[in-house]
Amino acid sequence: MIESGIISIVKFVLIVIGILILGLFTSWLDRKVTARVQARVGPPWFQPVADIIKLLGKETLVPEGSGRTVFLLSPLFGLAGIALAAALLGHVMLWPDEGFIGDVVVLVYLLIIPTVALIIGASSSGNPIASVGASREMKLILGYELPYLIVIATVIYKAGLDLRLGSIINSQFQSGLNFWSISGVIGFVVLLLSTQAKLGLVPFDIPEADQELMGGIITEYSGPPLAVIKITKAMLLAIMPLFMVALLLGGIRLQGLLILWSILKYLVIVVLIVLIRNTNPRLRIDQAMKLFWGPVTILAIIGLLLAFWGL
Amino acid sequence: MSLALWGLKKSPWLYHVALSPCNNCDIEILDVLTPRFDVERFGIKLVGSPRHADALLVSGSINHHVKPRFIELYKQTAKPCVVFAIGSCALSKTMFRDSYNFDPHPLDEVVKEIDPNGIVAYIPGCPPKPEAIILGVLKALQSL
Repeated sequence: MIESGIISIVKFVLIVIGILILGLFTSWLDRKVTARVQARVGPPWFQPVADIIKLLGKETLVPEGSGRTVFLLSPLFGLAGIALAAALLGHVMLWPDEGFIGDVVVLVYLLIIPTVALIIGASSSGNPIASVGASREMKLILGYELPYLIVIATVIYKAGLDLRLGSIINSQFQSGLNFWSISGVIGFVVLLLSTQAKLGLVPFDIPEADQELMGGIITEYSGPPLAVIKITKAMLLAIMPLFMVALLLGGIRLQGLLILWSILKYLVIVVLIVLIRNTNPRLRIDQAMKLFWGPVTILAIIGLLLAFWGL
Repeated sequence: MSLALWGLKKSPWLYHVALSPCNNCDIEILDVLTPRFDVERFGIKLVGSPRHADALLVSGSINHHVKPRFIELYKQTAKPCVVFAIGSCALSKTMFRDSYNFDPHPLDEVVKEIDPNGIVAYIPGCPPKPEAIILGVLKALQSL
């Protein structure tokens, strides 16, 4: 009993470290593709690692008017949430039959924790700029979570109303990828926009708007807490495309030629996200809200109805 | 070389401090951060908050209004950090050295007053070319 418990713990730690490495690689890929699009060279492959090591070596400054404990603990809560989500997602994608009923719902809950932790940290920092960033992040969450959940409901319906990520992946393996249906394509577009907003990338990087609000939601963080926030964002950058691959493109299969197909699926989504990031201006928060509650939600509902009618 | 120092050399994040300059140096600093000169290959990035910065690019001379604000800003930057004095006004106030509204001390003496261990690097020019700014930043990082 104890041996299997220790093996499970080791397995989960390795999965979390694997997703962290994948996340750091993806953030380097993001900067490199951005550089190539702008006709320049871009940073070397170890750049995200150097950023985090440098941040760990600086001092931590806590502002005078802030709630010290909440300010320093909230990045750690975000990291704990994303690490749990990484362990769950990695485990279910590698072994689709070993999930539990409702693990999709748990995953969606866990993926909201890092954003909420950032909002709490920014609100406790006592900086008016950070509180503007936090309020914009709250409004943005209200915007993109709705179509995101409607698409997840669509995918669950197409898998036969079984609330397991493993059965979603397995049903795609048997009856074709969800992407090869009209509701799948609509779901892909909606999920891509929602992922762009969740990752805080242009056109939806409104909470951390560099040129408008000094640092936005993370203005008052420095040193090791900022390193924890960067690690959380890197892991989120790896988990969101992987989740999209599991929901709509059939998940990861590590057998022979299917390894290349899995890597291709992941890379296509990441490069699409980076290209959208490089070719669009930033939206205002009211424009983003109108976009998400208007066209994007209507599109998601159309996708759900098409799935009901079997398309 | 310690790991923290390697990280600092490979990933210096810049924050631009404009202490009421004539803005020529600011234009050259903005040119440095454009894709033409591609400073991201050195890991250099512009950040929006001084708390995230490793290097303060200071242009302009310190006058009486700006001095308390610059002192606050320097204290808000997480150490270890390097202050880059860009252009002649930040180095030695040149033609403004006898003016009524400028503080009698130039930038490096103000920094040493707050923080005796403060590191100041000098990039002369009026304004310095973007290539000169990049050369100065890299030389300063190499000598750390």
